[in-house]
Parts: sequence; structure tokens; C-alpha cells
Amino acid sequence: MATTRAIKLRINGADYEGTVEARKTLVDFLREDLNLCGTNVGCEHGVCGACTILMNGEAIRACLMLAVQAEGAELMTVEGLAKPEGELHPIQQAFRDKHGLQCGFCTPGFLMTTYELLQKHPNPSEEEIKEWLSGNLCRCTGYQDILESVKLAAERLRGTVSAA
Amino acid sequence: MKPPRFDYYDPRSLEEATRLLQVHQGDCRILSGGQSLMPLLNMRLARPKVVLDINRIDGLHDVKLWNDGVAIGAGVRQRALETDRLIAQRLPLLHTAVEHLGHPQIRSRGTICGSLAHADPAAELPALAMALGAEMVATGPQGNRTITADAFYVSYFTTTLAPNEILTEVRFPAPRKDMAWSLLEVSRRHGDFALVGIVAGMRVDSSRRSIQEARLVYFGVGPTPVRVKEAEEALVGKPPGDSAFQAAAEKASRQLDPSNDIHASAEYRRSVAGALTRRALSQAWQKLGGN
Repeated sequence: MATTRAIKLRINGADYEGTVEARKTLVDFLREDLNLCGTNVGCEHGVCGACTILMNGEAIRACLMLAVQAEGAELMTVEGLAKPEGELHPIQQAFRDKHGLQCGFCTPGFLMTTYELLQKHPNPSEEEIKEWLSGNLCRCTGYQDILESVKLAAERLRGTVSAA
Repeated sequence: MKPPRFDYYDPRSLEEATRLLQVHQGDCRILSGGQSLMPLLNMRLARPKVVLDINRIDGLHDVKLWNDGVAIGAGVRQRALETDRLIAQRLPLLHTAVEHLGHPQIRSRGTICGSLAHADPAAELPALAMALGAEMVATGPQGNRTITADAFYVSYFTTTLAPNEILTEVRFPAPRKDMAWSLLEVSRRHGDFALVGIVAGMRVDSSRRSIQEARLVYFGVGPTPVRVKEAEEALVGKPPGDSAFQAAAEKASRQLDPSNDIHASAEYRRSVAGALTRRALSQAWQKLGGN
């Protein structure tokens, strides 16, 4: 029994150990305890997708998990995308080039969903992209530029892979 | 908002979990995938004293062969519907229905048994369980008992699970090979809960001149998934085709008693239920080689 807990996890390649209140959601833990404020909190009930991160390689809603449940997990947030010296990840660069964002609030969530999508489906059909992105809401772009961004990112990542 | 304060337990064994549930029953919520409970906690619509997390219990995370069908443990995520070979082979309807279940980010955490036990009347899985004749395994202090899907659903978010029981497994029998199925729904946005949905199954005789068996289960139109036996019976013995499907659709529309709410009027839901009946039966008939 406990209202607080010790937890250990790995985030963006770094180990973390600490104590957390049992009722704290994973997204609040990221933002408040780890100061990883790139992940946004939108609706807090699993509808908007702004808090999407990867847990053990799968996209999840960080508002619909308790931080204590991430014990032993490997997490990746938007902060884990760009290189430490600042070079954008190809997905980020594609969103920038294709204007896949306006206000940017939803963008971290879209980027993380796209990350898993392109890991699992390097050459997704338009239908597949729409199905994957359907869990992320954007109130600015009208989605078309996001769709184009994901397509461009897929092309570039495929190019990178085959060139390497 | 943020979840209220609670005591958190994540036992490693089912025995420990049922003991904790027995001690705290009435004031305890079971946390599995969290895709329904966490929103309720965040909005403080649920304020349990105790949250019992069953994710760390060994032995609940398997999809196993059960008779000719499949047994799915309480810890199995909805993503397994897409990725698990056993499910894809034995229960192709569940495999193809997955596109209607929330979104990839929800399915990576949400569990199959969690959705069944949450008993949202607009959810797909309870209707699928009822249509396919699934049975639930409830584990309590006295051990296991099985409950058929028909007997499991009582009302909105209410099942026959006792407060000291955990839904630990669902068993789907393999559907007959000659039965064709279709799941259709109308929702505002892709991945949303259905305003109206249907799971329809149909089997015809070897000459394909008459319908032998039909199954019509609706969701989003009542306090539980609703099986309309009158409409099923109206199909039996009839030649498969538009006129039989239309007659069944009209029977189902009359029989259903959906509610009026901010999402849709009862009249609209009845009308859509009829249209979906015709479409789903036509689809099933096409899968059987009809036209």
C-alpha cells in the first residue's frame, strides 16, 4: 500500500530513479518532475492526443497512465527526437518544410505517433497515415499539411535507410 | 483535472489481487489498460479509495488456444487484435473489427477484457462478445466461474461481476466456418464510440437458397448490447436477398428502443439501425458468394 512510490525507468536514453505520488499521471510526471515540458497536456481524458509519447516503442496517451505504471519502461518523448546538438529529426524537418503545424500545441503528439507509424510502416498508404493520425487532433492546420509532412518524412527516412 | 488521492496496489499474483479486492470491495477500482478508468479518475467522476493495478500479475497476458477458439487474458492489449496470429486465424471478425476500436494510441494500452468489463453500451467488444457467444471467466475468493456474454451485461456500465471478482479471461469459441460476419457502425469521427453499430452474422444452406441462421447484435442503442432475436428469426428459411434483409431491418428498427441524447435522437438511431442491418446482411451475403 502506498500513496507514493519509488520508480525507475529509462527516458530518451537516460536512466531515472525517484519517488512519485501514485496518483500522478505520466504526463504530469514528465513535465513537473523531469522538466520535460515538450509533451503537452491537452484534454486530460484521452481524446486529443497532445500527450502522445512512446512507451517501449508504442505510442500511448501519457495522460491515461499513472507514472508509477511506467516502472521499468523505456520511454521516448519529443525531446528524444532531435540530435543533442540541435539537428532536427527527419520527421521534425518534414513538418517544418511542409508547414505541418501552425500553433504547434498538438505537434509533439503528432511527431511521436508518426515516429511509431514510420518505424512499423516505412511506406504507409494514405489510408494508413489517416488511421494512425486519427487519434491526434489539430485545430489549426486542417490536417492536409500534416499528411504531406508525414509522406515527406517517410520518403526521406526510406532514402536515408537505403543510402546508408 | 487530476486524479484524487488513492492507495495504489500492484500485486504480482492473482491470489493477492483477489484478497485485496475482497478487503477493499466497494471502494476499489481495478486498473488494467486505464483507457476508461483514467479519464474517470482525471475528471474525478470516480473517486475510489483504492486502485488495484492488475498489470503486473503473471499469467494474464496470454492469448491461448481454447477448444477451437481463443482465450484472451485480462492483460492482453487491444493491439493484439491486430498483431496476434491466433486471433487473426481463429477470429477474423475480431481481427478486422479492430479499425473501429479507438485509435492506435488507445489500443496500445487498452485491454480487451477491460473494455468488456467496463460495459460501455456503445463499445464494439461487448457486442462482438455477445454475437460470437463468448464467455467471461470471473475470478473471486472462491475461485473461477464462467458467465456467458448474454448473462454478463445488465445495464449501462454494469455487469454481473461481483464487487469481489475480477474478469481474468474471455473465451471466444471459433465461429462456424460457413458463417459470414460483418461489423458496421456510424460514428461522428473515425475511432469514436458508435452512435449505432451492428454485428451481423449469417449462414445459408448448401444450395444457398435459404438462410439457415442469423445473428444480429446492436450497440449504442440501449443500456447493453442488444440482440434482436425476432429479426434473426424473421430471416431463417427466407431466400437471402434484399427483401429478406429489408424485412429484418424493419423488425429490428421497431424492436430497438434507443435513447435520445446530445449525440443523436432515438428516431435517427432507429433509422440508422435499419440501414446498417440491410448493409451488414448484404455484406455477409457477399462474403458467402451471393450478390
